[in-house]
Amino acid sequence: MNAPVNGESPLKSEHDIVLARQLVRKLTQELGFSLVDQTKMVTAASELARNAFTYGRGGSMHWEKTNGGDRRGLKLVFVDEGPGIPNLELAMTDGWTSGHGLGMGLTGAKRLVNEFAIDTKVGVGTRVTIVRWK
Amino acid sequence: MAEATLSTVLKKSGKDIKASWARDLAAAQVSAKGRISAAELEQQASEFLNLLTKVAEFARANDIGASDFRQIREFLEGVSRSRAAQGFTSDETATFIFSFKKPLFASLKAEIGKDAEELVEQTWKATELLDSLGLHTIKAYQKTREELINRQQREMLELSTPVVKLWEGILALPMIGTLDSARTQVVMENLLQKVVETGAQIAILDITGVPTVDTLVAQHLLKTVTALRLMGAEAIISGVRPQIAQTIVHLGVDLQGVTTKANLADALALALRRTGQTLKA
Repeated sequence: MNAPVNGESPLKSEHDIVLARQLVRKLTQELGFSLVDQTKMVTAASELARNAFTYGRGGSMHWEKTNGGDRRGLKLVFVDEGPGIPNLELAMTDGWTSGHGLGMGLTGAKRLVNEFAIDTKVGVGTRVTIVRWK
Repeated sequence: MAEATLSTVLKKSGKDIKASWARDLAAAQVSAKGRISAAELEQQASEFLNLLTKVAEFARANDIGASDFRQIREFLEGVSRSRAAQGFTSDETATFIFSFKKPLFASLKAEIGKDAEELVEQTWKATELLDSLGLHTIKAYQKTREELINRQQREMLELSTPVVKLWEGILALPMIGTLDSARTQVVMENLLQKVVETGAQIAILDITGVPTVDTLVAQHLLKTVTALRLMGAEAIISGVRPQIAQTIVHLGVDLQGVTTKANLADALALALRRTGQTLKA
C-alpha cells in the first residue's frame, strides 16, 4: 500500500530515527528514485532526524510528495523546539560540531539533496527543509 | 426467601451458566482458531467459574486489587499468558471474560426477573465486576506482549553480533541492520575481545547488511578501526556498495586511511595476501 502524499512522523527516540529512515526509503521507492538517490535521501534524512533528536531534544519529520514542473520529488521538513543554533555559519562548517559527532551531518545532508533551507532561532527551535528531485 | 444475588445465582445455576458459556466459547474460539483445545477451554471455564463464585460473595469491582482476588487475578494472568503465546489477539483474549455476561445475565433474569429494580442492581454489580476482571486480563495480555518484545530486542542485540573466524589470523564481523543504537558498543567490544582471544592480525568489518551509512555509523566504524589499530591489528571494511560509496563521498566523510573493499571475498583475498597465506587450488 502506498503512503499518502504527506504526513508527519515523530522523532522522540532513537527508535523513531530508524522508523523515519525506513519511511523515507519507502517514499523514495514509491516515487521511483534510483537506488543511489534513495540512499542519498535516506542518509540525509537520517542525519537531520538525529540532529532534531540529539540537539533539538526531539521533534518531528513532515513529508510531502511534491511536484516541481514536470518532475516529482520528496520534500522533508525536520522541526524541533530545541535551543536553536546560535552561530549558523559555524554550524554549516565541515568538521565543526557542538556535540561529539564528526561535524559532517548538516553540511553532508546539504550536499546529498537538491534543495536545502534552514531556519533557526535561539530559544525557539530549528526547522530544516530538504527536497530531492527524481 | 433469601435474596437472590450474583453469588447465590452463581452457586445455584453455575452449571447451566457454564454449559451455555462453554458452548459460546467453543463456537467462538475453537472452531475459528483451532489454537486451543476444547478440553483446555473447558478446564479454564470451570476454574474461572469456581474462582468467581468464591469472590462473588463479597465482590465489589473496586476490590479487584484486594488480596481476596489474588487467586482469580493470578488465574486470569495465566490465561492471558497462554492466550498470548497461542497467538490470540487482545480482543479474542478479553472475549473469554466478556462472553460470560450473556449466560450470567440470562440466569440473573430467570432468578430475579420479577423484581426489575433488583435485577438492574445485580446486573450492574455483575457487569462492573466482570468488566474489571476483563480489563485486568487485557492488562496482563499487554504486559506479556511487552515482555515478549523486550526479550526479542535483547535477543537481537546478541544475535546480530557474531564474530567469525574466516582463516588463521583473520576475523570477520558481518554487521546487519541498524548500527546507531546500543548495539554498536556491543559489536565493538565483542570484536576487540575476540581479537585478543584469537590473536588475529586482521579483522574484516562487513557492512553489506547495513542499509544506511550516515555520519554516525561512519564515526563508529572509524573508532573501531582506530581501536583495532591500537591493538596492533588491521581492519578492512567490506561490503561498500556503489550507492553507499557515492553517499559517503557526498557526506564528506574521510575514510582515506581505511582499507575498504566492495565485497567480503575481495577483503578475504587481501587479508590472505597481507598475512602471507595462499590458497592452493
